[in-house]
Amino acid sequence: MTGNELPAVSIADLQSLLRRREVSAREVIDALRQRVESIDPDVGAYLSLNFDAAVKEAEHANVDLPLGGVPIAIKDIINVMDQPCTCASKILNGYRSPYDATVIQKLRAAGAIPFGKTNLDEFAMGSSTENSAVKSTRNPWDLSRVPGGSSGGSAAAVAADEAFGALGSDTGGSIRQPAALCGVVGLKPTYGRVSRFGLVAFASSLDQIGPVTKTVRDAALIMNAIAGHDPQDSTSLNEPVPDYVASFGNDLRGVRLGVPREYMIEGIDPQVRGAIDAAVKQLNSLGAEIVEVSLPSTEYAVAVYYIIATAEASANLARFDGVRYGYRAENPKDVLDLYGRTRAEGFGPEVKRRIILGTYVLSSGYYDAYYLQAQKVRELIRRDFASVFEKVDALISPTSPVPAFKLGERVADPLQMYLADIFTIAANLAGICGISIPCGFAQLDGHRLPVGLQLLGKPLDEARILQIAHAYEQSTDWHKARPPIGSS
Amino acid sequence: MAENSDLDVAYVARLARINLSEDEAKIFQKQLDDVLKYVEKLRQVDVTGVDAAAHGLPGFNVFRADSPHDWFTAKEALSNAPRQANGLFVVPKVVE
Repeated sequence: MTGNELPAVSIADLQSLLRRREVSAREVIDALRQRVESIDPDVGAYLSLNFDAAVKEAEHANVDLPLGGVPIAIKDIINVMDQPCTCASKILNGYRSPYDATVIQKLRAAGAIPFGKTNLDEFAMGSSTENSAVKSTRNPWDLSRVPGGSSGGSAAAVAADEAFGALGSDTGGSIRQPAALCGVVGLKPTYGRVSRFGLVAFASSLDQIGPVTKTVRDAALIMNAIAGHDPQDSTSLNEPVPDYVASFGNDLRGVRLGVPREYMIEGIDPQVRGAIDAAVKQLNSLGAEIVEVSLPSTEYAVAVYYIIATAEASANLARFDGVRYGYRAENPKDVLDLYGRTRAEGFGPEVKRRIILGTYVLSSGYYDAYYLQAQKVRELIRRDFASVFEKVDALISPTSPVPAFKLGERVADPLQMYLADIFTIAANLAGICGISIPCGFAQLDGHRLPVGLQLLGKPLDEARILQIAHAYEQSTDWHKARPPIGSS
Repeated sequence: MAENSDLDVAYVARLARINLSEDEAKIFQKQLDDVLKYVEKLRQVDVTGVDAAAHGLPGFNVFRADSPHDWFTAKEALSNAPRQANGLFVVPKVVE
């Protein structure tokens, strides 16, 4: 294997190469660096890189550890000690993390090497990565299109072989949707499965960190490292962590999969629809029983989300006031001027919109009509899932109703952008786990654009959706397709 | 609610301590009126007897031992401060 081919391998294959001493951890970092330097000017996946620190860690990597010597890219909303953590916002320009998030401590303990921070929509608010205050990231399958978002940098980096795997965060689909649009695997764990300590909070009751990878097995390997209870996060679940790879097989006999009637709506791109229909047939041919189910409150999910997520964001982002860290407006005349101008100059338009909406729905006189009502409908959405999961093991749907859209196509209309998350949002509201895996391509303007299949699972049933996803993946070639960018 | 929502963007922005320009306030007003119109659909939902869900998964009070442990030194806590002096954050004068 040459240095040029190395960045394309999966984490599992990279581990074999490292353990057989066919490559050294140092050579892996060098090959990755070369790939990033040649490709990233076009893709724009990274906000910062620290290969020098990574090389030092690689020099004494223990490749026998679970992720020994494996470089992992980190969404720039997760704190990595001594690295920037900008959240792609001007308001955190110049900030350096004084600590490692729990997931980073766990990755390091497993031998992984964090080496770069990936682009995102500012504070993870968006579905295209265009809300980054720093730059746009481009979809490696068609550079005129978005990678999805908000973890667009992580998904694009993995798709373009600029990372072996990455961490993202998912508040309403921010791991699964970009994974779908970039043709990679993205897992949103059950709420509380992975510690949020060190993840900059957007909507605390919805946020989860999860892996973005080239294969389902790689997602399971990262989950093995990052899942588990953390006393630093009071919402993290104190439940045993299974070996997520242990249940892998190729047979789905006895598995019952539900297709929610409300998810097969008009407005799904016909090519996406075709790919999903074919995937359902494929799952069936592997032995899974397919049944139609109903999630009656589905049509309210986006509305509930944009009340609850903005309400929580308005409270969480109050901490950015120019006092303790980050950007501060110059020459404030008093403390209110300091707050008001720091936040006006430091936040981008989408963040401001959401803070204002969230402040409004929590304000006296509107709280009951918006916030409380949304929380009650959230309970109905949660009950919908609890009830169908008595009948099926997992649910299947498209991850996104459309393939990657053009840069600039939706930025002027926030509501249209919000509707991009229609199939992913309910999982966050209900706290359940979900995964997106490649299931085909749409052809548009002479480009192949990936389509993602979403599997939703019961709370703490990541092992099951990973098992189903793995069996499907192994029976197809979709995950082997690489984007045309930088191919030699 | 009427066609246009009760939301006064300029007023709420002041509550949220964001000094919006007039242009921004005007654009946001239109965009957020659209979003609020969209979320109106929640009012049709019958939620009689439904408890509000703060989380997707039921949670209960979680406690950990109240024991001291090492954390940031003052120097580390101040390491990102835009302005500091004598081990303290510096802000404009608040009390005359």
